[in-house]
Amino acid sequence: MFVMNSIATIIWRDVRQSYASGGTWLPVIFYLSAATLFPFAVGPDRALLLQTGGGILWIAALLATLLPLDRLIQPDLENGVYDQMIVRGLSDEMIAAARLVSHWLAFGPPLLLAAVLASGLMGLDGAALGTLLASLAIATPALAGLAVMIAALTAGMKGAGALGGLLLVPLAIPLLIFGAGSLSAQGSSALAFLAAISLLLVAITPFAAGAALSAVRE
Amino acid sequence: MSKGQSTGSDNRLLAEALSCVRGERLLFRGLDFLLEPGEAGLLTGPNGVGKSSLLRLLAGLLQPSAGSFIAPEKKALCDDRLALDEHLPFEQALRFWAKLDGKGQADVAAAMAHAGLGHLAEVPVRYFSTGQRQRARLARTYLTGAGLWLLDEPANGLDTASVDQLGVALQSHLDGGGIILAASHIPLPIAFDFTLKLEPLEDLEACL
Repeated sequence: MFVMNSIATIIWRDVRQSYASGGTWLPVIFYLSAATLFPFAVGPDRALLLQTGGGILWIAALLATLLPLDRLIQPDLENGVYDQMIVRGLSDEMIAAARLVSHWLAFGPPLLLAAVLASGLMGLDGAALGTLLASLAIATPALAGLAVMIAALTAGMKGAGALGGLLLVPLAIPLLIFGAGSLSAQGSSALAFLAAISLLLVAITPFAAGAALSAVRE
Repeated sequence: MSKGQSTGSDNRLLAEALSCVRGERLLFRGLDFLLEPGEAGLLTGPNGVGKSSLLRLLAGLLQPSAGSFIAPEKKALCDDRLALDEHLPFEQALRFWAKLDGKGQADVAAAMAHAGLGHLAEVPVRYFSTGQRQRARLARTYLTGAGLWLLDEPANGLDTASVDQLGVALQSHLDGGGIILAASHIPLPIAFDFTLKLEPLEDLEACL
């Protein structure tokens, strides 16, 4: 009971902090900018936009994941917040799991909202929009998990943001392949694969990020 | 007894043959000491000798490389890091830890008053001065209600009046059956039951 209450308190603090600091809206603005720029770059050819728009929105989502990397773990680690949680008997895995949930709550829903707006710019219609939203809804927990893992791994390093980007992009490729792939004709099996990868990443995040948090303390 | 911390609801602090290696350097070894409820211990020694590491080890943040210790289940660590949200008003930032410690609004107000920061409840933490930050760390420590206080240089940056105020808080913790282990190079105005002097190990080996 103590642990559940603590985790809820921690999640609530993180979520409130990221919405209040505006950190939540930066990826959204980035996402919408990318979606707005794309039609300018390739021209307003409706057929071309329909064909490529979903893929572009997926790439934009992946790149938007990179933006909050250096703010996910580093500030609280530096300020001793995680140390104080450990002293209170919470484990690194619980801290990492709470961070995963709070990061997703600040990252997933706003991104889905932005995807609705952006798909209007690409001219995606009902069915395609539905598939795009479904694939993003399935994948955002995994993207949040990857971000938390890599933020924990690179916390305390110089140039952590750039290094984090280099580490995250290759790991996110399976998500991109099946996520963008779900927009094509054989969509449903791609969605199933996407869900499998997403579950795997979400499941290992607390342990991988927790191990990183524990290692950085030594 | 197995290596590491044995979990028991003991309210003493008992260390047996504690050793700590950090960065392939042996900081201290074979430390034995016992603090009963109501007792205070002072850690002294030159910089880098492992005082902070010993406090972090007892707080559960580091693993001992040998030896073991028994500590009260609820511990409070006051080190050089603030662990309060800088952009939040002080009271609100403290309330986060109060919730984790199962404390209420009255406890937050009492801890702030104890640390002499009651008048700054509405001020965002980032505007605090060095001394006020130190008192904010102490307020966070008072708030825990923990039996064992591990204090790393608790009087750093405090003026004379604040050191006296710190002494009052420490004494009332001891009177309530609490334990204090403090590393400080500034004399603290309480009576310590023992002083643990950590020596650089090279010197120790030269003596042997």
